[in-house]
Amino acid sequence: MSIEISAKTIQPVRLSYGNLKERFGDKKPASRYQEAVYDVQPTTNFQYLPIWNTKHELYDKSKTAIVMEDWYSFADPRQYYYGTYTIARSKQQDVAEHNFSFVDKRDLFDSVPEEVKQAAREILVPLRHVEWAANMNNCQITDECYGSNFSTLAMFNAMDRLGMAQYVTRLGLLLDGNEETSLDAGKQAWMEAPEWQGLRHAIEDMFVLDDWFELMVAQNFVLDGLVFPLLYDRFEKKLTVEGGATIAMLTEFMDDWYKETVRWTNALAKVTAKESEANQELLSKWTNKWTDRLVGALEPVAAKAFGADGIEQLTKVKEELLARLTKSGVTGLKRS
Amino acid sequence: MLDKKNTVFLIVQDNEDARPIIEAVEQDNPDANIQYQPGMVRMEGAGQLVVNRETVEEQIGREWDVQELHLVLVSLAGNVDEDEDKFELSWH
Amino acid sequence: MPAKKLNLRKRYELLTRGMGWETTHQDMDDVFPYDSFEGIKITDWDKWEDPFRLTMDAYWKFQAEKEKKLYAVIDSFAQNNGQTNLSDASYLSAIKLFITGVTPLEYGAHRGFAHLGRHFRGDGARIACQMQAIDELRHAQTQIHTISHYNKHFNGLHDPFHQFDRVWYLSVPKSFVEDAMTAGPFEFITSISFAFEYVLTNMLFVPFMSGAAYNGDMATVTFGFSAQSDESRHMTLGLEIIKFMLEQHEDNLPIVQRWMDKHFWRAYRLLALVSAMQDYMLTNSPLSWKEAWDVYFVENGGALFEDLSRYGLKMPKYHELATAEAEHLSHQVWSVFCLLGNATGFHTFLPTEEKMDWLSEKYPNTFDKYYRPRFEHWAKQKEEGTFQYLAALPQLCQVCQIPMIFTEVETDPMQLSFRVSEYKGDKYNTCSDGCKDIFDHEPEKYAQAWLPVHQIFQGNSGGATIPEVLEWYKFAPEDGGDYIGSQDHARWQEWKGADDKVKQA
Repeated sequence: MSIEISAKTIQPVRLSYGNLKERFGDKKPASRYQEAVYDVQPTTNFQYLPIWNTKHELYDKSKTAIVMEDWYSFADPRQYYYGTYTIARSKQQDVAEHNFSFVDKRDLFDSVPEEVKQAAREILVPLRHVEWAANMNNCQITDECYGSNFSTLAMFNAMDRLGMAQYVTRLGLLLDGNEETSLDAGKQAWMEAPEWQGLRHAIEDMFVLDDWFELMVAQNFVLDGLVFPLLYDRFEKKLTVEGGATIAMLTEFMDDWYKETVRWTNALAKVTAKESEANQELLSKWTNKWTDRLVGALEPVAAKAFGADGIEQLTKVKEELLARLTKSGVTGLKRS
Repeated sequence: MLDKKNTVFLIVQDNEDARPIIEAVEQDNPDANIQYQPGMVRMEGAGQLVVNRETVEEQIGREWDVQELHLVLVSLAGNVDEDEDKFELSWH
Repeated sequence: MPAKKLNLRKRYELLTRGMGWETTHQDMDDVFPYDSFEGIKITDWDKWEDPFRLTMDAYWKFQAEKEKKLYAVIDSFAQNNGQTNLSDASYLSAIKLFITGVTPLEYGAHRGFAHLGRHFRGDGARIACQMQAIDELRHAQTQIHTISHYNKHFNGLHDPFHQFDRVWYLSVPKSFVEDAMTAGPFEFITSISFAFEYVLTNMLFVPFMSGAAYNGDMATVTFGFSAQSDESRHMTLGLEIIKFMLEQHEDNLPIVQRWMDKHFWRAYRLLALVSAMQDYMLTNSPLSWKEAWDVYFVENGGALFEDLSRYGLKMPKYHELATAEAEHLSHQVWSVFCLLGNATGFHTFLPTEEKMDWLSEKYPNTFDKYYRPRFEHWAKQKEEGTFQYLAALPQLCQVCQIPMIFTEVETDPMQLSFRVSEYKGDKYNTCSDGCKDIFDHEPEKYAQAWLPVHQIFQGNSGGATIPEVLEWYKFAPEDGGDYIGSQDHARWQEWKGADDKVKQA
């Protein structure tokens, strides 16, 4: 009874914060995603120039060549803010944890053929360095980007990449009963084996890119768009056929993660390309540049992973990526 | 010169999840000064204070991960030493 | 064969080290261009230790657990109109200052730590900074979500981020965090993680959240304590980084000491706003500013610096002055807000008899002697209808950006403290020796400051009159001024009857 009375007498005087009312109107309360990510970043009246970069203000739209009338016209289709993000990942890690302990407890690796384990050591374990680099690159985007929607997205992505680097590390450990031999061999391959050097070179060049949106394209659109379908999907399927289903169990997180990630990369490509001809041209230019570079870099890895079939697998993955980006509005991509 | 040991402290939320931790601290740190304040419980030790996993597990009758302490932690002072068996605060 | 068991330490090491590498196609100094120019010498980044050893899987698990609990409380708070359980709606002035002044700092810390999380050369230090970067984002977002319900029922909470970039008293926190963010990474972490988080953050969160509990604000208590569990990690990071720098090379000591002196004073001045929140805005205060200062700075800070003295680090410069000021600070700050209640985004009010008695008891050396008379005088003026707000905004300190209201507490507490420096032919005013030292060491930095009051005079703030400026701030007429007679007050009376806890101001 008392609840009814209070509900009647206690009426809100406004439904949303002012910035959200301006953006979305005043008919219904803003969502938690909207409250969390819109307009939180300062935009003006900066006090001091950074002593480490006096060419730009602390938050500066001109840190990328991409121009957006409103940097908040992009919204994460997953609507992740910290709470929904951690709760989603917590569920996934629960499954992963269960899989790791199941594999460990039941000694499932004992029944995996040695050559399959060796293939995982050579192809999957070095990917911990690739994920580590992806963590750095997304942290760079979090640092340099404009807008709290982007910093939120990039921050979550950066932490995901650290998490995945750690899952690959655990896979590497489990392959050898927690001896560190696979990890050491993986690091050595990453630093020295010929098949990885093109990729490592490309990634090191990405570390020093000036334009954070170009890094976004190189890392999150192109490199991820090649590595995940090629190695966590196609290569894992090949291993499964050869008796390595156990390995696929331990990288399920990556597979699910990529399917989810494609949703926001598509949405971001779409919003950015639609904004202007100039943006569209930059996206095409960067996509072409990094697709050429990274497909080239991945050729020896694909050959090592799939043998004679490698180049064809890589080409298919590339076609899928370019078709997807074209569908999202990035035209002028070199398909050949 | 340092006869008097400086105080370390651990503050946890005043809720059910924190109870076994507080009890474990009382048990393993007989000299600890435990103060109930609005919303929180402040536990002080002279120079040192420890939460032992085993003692907490005795309180709750299940496995307890020392990192679960994070769920109720409010503040602390002192150098932290954490491993799978204990969470310890001290001044050198 | 079951895998051999790894202990927490070893497991953590394998999951956080060795994934990075010495780049060969790009110079490491180009990949990490910012971690050497400050003069801090690091000989071995691997000596960096993270005492909490959180891996991402554990991070997701524990943080999700905290978030579930927090949002359950936020939801039920909204559903049950928890705002009606406050001790008094005037209490919300503190929350208004919090979301406009503190929440944006959390966001700034998020970006600042992301910068370090990318740019420190050591893998372990980078991971620790990244975890703090995402935690700080959490704090900003959970604060927005918690306070959202208050925004639906009270004024003055509707445009915190627009206001942070413009309002005269919000340049205090804005200049504080931007000072740290525009410095190099080691100075940033000394400022935020050590001077602010380790030495002083307890002054912000612990008494304030305990105060929220004391005033029936269960929503704020919940987000505050939930955030504090992260803060404990951050404080520990602050202590570890200081020890790490000091252990790495003896040349680092004088640099760290200077940063410590500077950022202690910067953070302390920022907390002057908190002192007013604690002593005056809280309807019921569990702990006075002076008591909190004695417990959390004098006692705990003293223990901390005694521990660090083995590295040669000394207590921060002017800490004695800060302790002497503890008996004056909140009274001086709240006085200026009361005199400028026409230009604040929250309501002001004079202390009740009961509150003044509490203040006399907590401040036996100063309150009755210096401050009670002025509050009583203003109360009388209010009664007679002769009270007048200040006609213009006061001059701000060039460094801390607080109005020039502090006094010479060690010699003559009624004498304004006023310092002047000259740089390139211009004069710059500061409020204290602490702020003057900071200015004089880097005049080229502090001469750039965007001082809101100067900006008004230069025509950059919407106009020349107070109403024009307030409109530019997006302060609605009903946001500021006296609490008594305000819309918030009327709404509160509608729910709770006419029993006022504060006086006309």
